[in-house]
Amino acid sequence: MKMPRLTPPGRFWVISVPYLWLFLFFLLPFAIVLKISFSEAAIAIPPYQPIFQYVEQKLNVALNLGNYIFLSQDGLYLSAYLGSLKIAFFSTLICLLLGYPMAYAIARAPKEKQLVYLLLVMMPTWTAILIRVYAWMGILSNNGLLNSVLMGLGLISEPLQILNTNTAVYIGVVYAYLPFMVLPLYANLVKHDHSLLEAAMDLGAGKIKAFWSITVPLSKTGIIAGSMLVFIPVVGEFVIPELLGGPETLMIGKVLWQEFFNNRDWPVASALAIVMLVILIVPLALFHYNQAKEMEKKS
Amino acid sequence: MSKRPSFSTVMLWLGLIFIYLPMIILVIYSFNASRLVTVWGGWSVHWYVGLLDNTQLMNSVKRSLQIAFFTATAAVALGTLAAFVMTRIKRFRGRTLFSGLVTAPLVMPEVITGLSLLLLFVAMAQLVGWPAERGMVTIWIAHVTFCTAYVAVVVSGRLGELDQSVEEAAMDLGARPWKTFLLITVPMIAPSIAAGWLLSFTLSLDDLVLASFVSGPGSTTLPMEVFSAVRLGVKPEINAVASLILLAVSVFTLIGWLIARSAEKRRSQPPAEEEAITWQAVIDSRRN
Repeated sequence: MKMPRLTPPGRFWVISVPYLWLFLFFLLPFAIVLKISFSEAAIAIPPYQPIFQYVEQKLNVALNLGNYIFLSQDGLYLSAYLGSLKIAFFSTLICLLLGYPMAYAIARAPKEKQLVYLLLVMMPTWTAILIRVYAWMGILSNNGLLNSVLMGLGLISEPLQILNTNTAVYIGVVYAYLPFMVLPLYANLVKHDHSLLEAAMDLGAGKIKAFWSITVPLSKTGIIAGSMLVFIPVVGEFVIPELLGGPETLMIGKVLWQEFFNNRDWPVASALAIVMLVILIVPLALFHYNQAKEMEKKS
Repeated sequence: MSKRPSFSTVMLWLGLIFIYLPMIILVIYSFNASRLVTVWGGWSVHWYVGLLDNTQLMNSVKRSLQIAFFTATAAVALGTLAAFVMTRIKRFRGRTLFSGLVTAPLVMPEVITGLSLLLLFVAMAQLVGWPAERGMVTIWIAHVTFCTAYVAVVVSGRLGELDQSVEEAAMDLGARPWKTFLLITVPMIAPSIAAGWLLSFTLSLDDLVLASFVSGPGSTTLPMEVFSAVRLGVKPEINAVASLILLAVSVFTLIGWLIARSAEKRRSQPPAEEEAITWQAVIDSRRN
C-alpha cells in the first residue's frame, strides 16, 4: 500500500514553518556577516559604514577588502587560526583515544547498564560547560588542589604552572568534549554484529587483529561523526581558552570575541568569522555527508 | 564470574572519574568555611545563605528561567516539525539544504552563530525597526534556533524507529493528517519530546556565548553573571552558585531519564505487543 501523504497545502505548511525559521535566523545571518566583513569600521551606530549607497540615481557599491588584507598581514591572526587548528586536532585525537574504549565498554555492557552508563556520560554535557570549566580553575591553579596533592606526595617541590597555559586548555577541551566523542561511537558500536568477530577469531585472528580488521573499519562513520562533533566547535571555542588559557594561548574564538567586544571593530570580527567558516567548510561538509549516509542506512 | 576487568571497562571507569571528579570537588569546596578557596576550614553553608539576598543574581536567575521555559517550548514545536519533515517527507525542493540547516547549529562554533545573529538583529532594526532593543526576545530567538537542532535530532531518532502502520491505519480509517499526528504520532513520541524539552531547557539555561552577543543592557542572564564573576578568579560564593546550578540540572536530567525509561519499559511489555498484533489484525481485515 502506498504511504498516505499529506495534502499539498498541509505539506507546504509543515515544511515551511521550520524551514523559514532556520533560514531567517541561521542562514541569512551569515550573508549579513559576509556583507559586513566587506565594510569599513566607523565611529557610528552601528559601527561600520554602509556598502551600498544610492546617490543621484547611482548605486555605489564599495567593497572594502581591507579587513581581509589586514588579517593576512597581521601575524597575530594567522597564529590564532593555526593555534585553534592545532588545539582542535590534538584534542580530537586525545578524545578519540579515550572515548573509543569507553564507547566500546558501554556497547558491550548488559542492556540494562548501557542506559545508566550513557546517562552518566551524557549528563555533564547537559550541565553548564561554564561551571565545569570553572571547576578546573580551582583544581589547576598554583595553590590549587592538584599542586597541593602533588606537593603533599613529595613528587614536586614547587607548584607547577598549569593554569593559564595550553596544557590547561587541552585538559579543559578534552574534559568538555569527551562525551561528544563517546555518544556517536557508542551509537555505532552497539549495532555491530558480534558473529563477525567470532568468525574472525574462529578463522584464527587474534583478539587485537580481529578488533583492527573488523570493529575499527565498521565504526568509521562513528569515528567521523565523533571527531567532527569535537573538532568543529573546538576551533571556535571561547570559554575554555578565556578561563584556562594564558598569554601563549592563541585561539580564534577568543580573538574574535576581543575584536568584537573590546575593540568594537565589527567588520574585522566579521572577516575573522568568515575565514573561520571557510576553514570549517570541509569538516562541516564531511560531517553532513556522514550524517546523511547514516540516515540512509537507517531507512 | 569474570576474572580481570577488560581494558575498555577500566577506561570507562577512568573516564567517568575524570568526568565527575572536578564537579564533586567543586561541590565539596562550596561548603568550605574558609574564605581561601584552597584551604579547607571545615564545613559551612554560609556561602549559600547570602545568595538569596543578592537581588542582581536572583533577577538574572529569574530571567534565565523564563527564557529557558519559552525556549524549550518553542524549540520542541519547531524541532518536532523539523524531525517529522526529515523522517516522513522524503522528497521536496531544497531537502538537502533543509537537513543541512537542521543539523548545522549542532556543530557551528557559537561565536559565529552569536555574531551573525547579532548582526542580523542590527540590520533588522535598521530596516524594519524591530527589534528596537535587544533583550529577552532576541536571546529567546537565538536559543530557539540552537535548541531546535537538538530536539530535531532526538525526536527524529524516535520517529525513525516508529512503526508507521498505526499512522497509516488511522489515515485509512479517515483521520485527517493533523488529527493523526496529534492523536497517534505525538503520544508515541511523547517521551522523546519530553526529553527534547528538558534538554532545550538546560541548554538555554547554560548558554553564555549566544546570550552575550544578542543581549542588551539590563538583560543579563545567569551564565553571563557567573562568567563575569569567574573571570576575576575562584571565589567561594561562585562555588555555591555553581553547585546549585549543577544540582538543578542534574535533577532535570534525572527526571528526563526516568520519563524515557518508563516509556521504554511500557513499550517492551508483552501486553503492548499483543495489542499491536491485534491492531494489525484489525487493520488487515479492514483492508480486505
